Amino acid sequence: MELERFLFLTVDGLARGAVLAVFALSLVLIWRAARIVNFSQGAIAMAATYLAFVVTSATGNYWLGLVAALLGGAAIGFVVERGVMRYVSSVNPLNSVIAALGVLLVIQAIIGMLFGNGYHPMKLPFSQSPLPWLSGLSISAYDLFVFACVGFVVIGLAVLFGKTNVGLRMRAAAFSPELARLLGVRSNRMITLGWMLASALSALAALLVIPTELGLNPHSTDAVFVYAFTIAVVGGLDSAPGAVIGGLVVGVLLSWVSGYLGATLSPVAVLVLLLAVLLIKPGGIFSVTKERTA
Amino acid sequence: MSSRTTLIVGLVGLVAVIGLTFVLDPYRNYQLATIAAYLCVVAGLTMLTGVNGQLSLGHAALAACGAYCYAFTANGLAEQEVTGPVLLILPILAAVVGAAVLGLVVGLAAARLHGPYLAGVTLALVIALPAITSRFSDVFNGDQGLYISVERRPEFLAGRGGTEMFQAWVAIACAALVVILLRNLMKGNFGRQMRAVRDNEVAAAIAGVNVARTKVIAFTVSSAAAGVGGAVLAFMTQSANPGAFSLVFSLFLLMAAVIGGIGTLYGALWGSILLVVLPDAIGSLTKSLSLSPEVAQRLDGNLAVGLFGAIMVLVVIVAPLGIQGLLRKGRLKMQSRGTPQSVPVPK
Repeated sequence: MELERFLFLTVDGLARGAVLAVFALSLVLIWRAARIVNFSQGAIAMAATYLAFVVTSATGNYWLGLVAALLGGAAIGFVVERGVMRYVSSVNPLNSVIAALGVLLVIQAIIGMLFGNGYHPMKLPFSQSPLPWLSGLSISAYDLFVFACVGFVVIGLAVLFGKTNVGLRMRAAAFSPELARLLGVRSNRMITLGWMLASALSALAALLVIPTELGLNPHSTDAVFVYAFTIAVVGGLDSAPGAVIGGLVVGVLLSWVSGYLGATLSPVAVLVLLLAVLLIKPGGIFSVTKERTA
Repeated sequence: MSSRTTLIVGLVGLVAVIGLTFVLDPYRNYQLATIAAYLCVVAGLTMLTGVNGQLSLGHAALAACGAYCYAFTANGLAEQEVTGPVLLILPILAAVVGAAVLGLVVGLAAARLHGPYLAGVTLALVIALPAITSRFSDVFNGDQGLYISVERRPEFLAGRGGTEMFQAWVAIACAALVVILLRNLMKGNFGRQMRAVRDNEVAAAIAGVNVARTKVIAFTVSSAAAGVGGAVLAFMTQSANPGAFSLVFSLFLLMAAVIGGIGTLYGALWGSILLVVLPDAIGSLTKSLSLSPEVAQRLDGNLAVGLFGAIMVLVVIVAPLGIQGLLRKGRLKMQSRGTPQSVPVPK
């Protein structure tokens, strides 16, 4: 009985962690492209999920909603980068954080005005009841769908950044925008592309996680963002594998805490973990030392 | 401005505001008290973020800490049947101490963190607050929060003004104390150290500034100011509950500091006024439009939030020094028009 519960919590945590890992990956992407922690990421993802909700309600088709969320997320990312972030002076790193928080409030207000502040129930494409042929592990069809999506994203990103020309240009633009531009890379365009990609990813993560436990509401991604931020920091903001592994670890940890100590304590556990990691290894567990500081 | 002008402006302002409480109706007095309460928190935040360069999104949680400390102390004293000024002053002191201790703990961690990392940790603090109050609901009474027995207005006020007037006095007194203390701190040697740490930690360390200590002290003082604000809010509403100190409240505080002009106490004042006046103005505007109840309910609050967010983005991009910066620029322009030979150089 104990073991069964432990297994259930672990598997459940892995599924949640996989989604959070995608969200954390999107934060890592923007950090690598523009050296910004995008505090408006949660709101962008939330708005894209509303778009999916509208499309799915109108057509009755989940997959059209999924596509709408991805495209909509990318579009919002484009608007936010081209419309706001590009004009924020990078002299003081706090400026971009404050501007992103302003964007967060604007998006939340717009969604609140359009749809009200109440909760909207969302449909799932697959059932959440455990599959019979995997008895004991209590994995549902929806969990498998989540794992498939996350796997697709991780492999896709690895191919994009490791094998393709565009990925190479994006890495060059992020690493040294001036030098990359001299070599013929359109750095600004690459940064915009990074934002669009990251926003689409976070939209996917939000669409996967919101229907199961949070419920759609203008503030539903507030806590998700904090979890994803924690994961990105735990993994080191610069490291994509760190975000994936960190996501799985934090997901399982959260599941254990809420299973054994009470569901309400998850945010506290995240706070403790974040503080612990930042105090012991401020760059994150997967960070590498690039230069000596001070 | 020289110290003497500041002193005169401050004293005249204080007398004028207290005089104002006699003519305003109870609702406006309550708003005035709210402005003063916000000013306590925003002033602390503007010092921390603008002068010391530490961005905190957690000041709502620190204010909440102050509010709960106020609640526990006030209720404890009321059980002992203590009345009079003690029931007012002792809980506020408790709030200051409680928030300062929490601020010290966070500040010790904050001293090692930079920009977005610190923002993330303090964000997690705000998200964790409702979790803590609902987990230990036998102490904090969950989402409902605590009811507080507060000191009633003194007898001699009975014929002259309502409870709101007394609340405004208490709030203004607290805000004045906080602002005076912070002003002296920012103008003095410690203020220079804070600015040095903000601009370049390495250079500050070489010049003999203890970087970590400066950051921790700045965070602790700022938290204490937030605690005063929380205590005043608790005193005014007679309750302490997690809903009043949400993430949005935290962002509003930051917004007030940024829009007013970050790093200046005048800016904190403009921001606090805006924080109370703008939602009120928008509320009366939407009411006058006679919208359908459903539309009005959706606009209620959201419109103000969106407008604040848009203004914050604009301020960061167009006018990084905020309202106070614009006022200062205008004043310098006017002065230079009068005496073209001696153009004052802005610091």
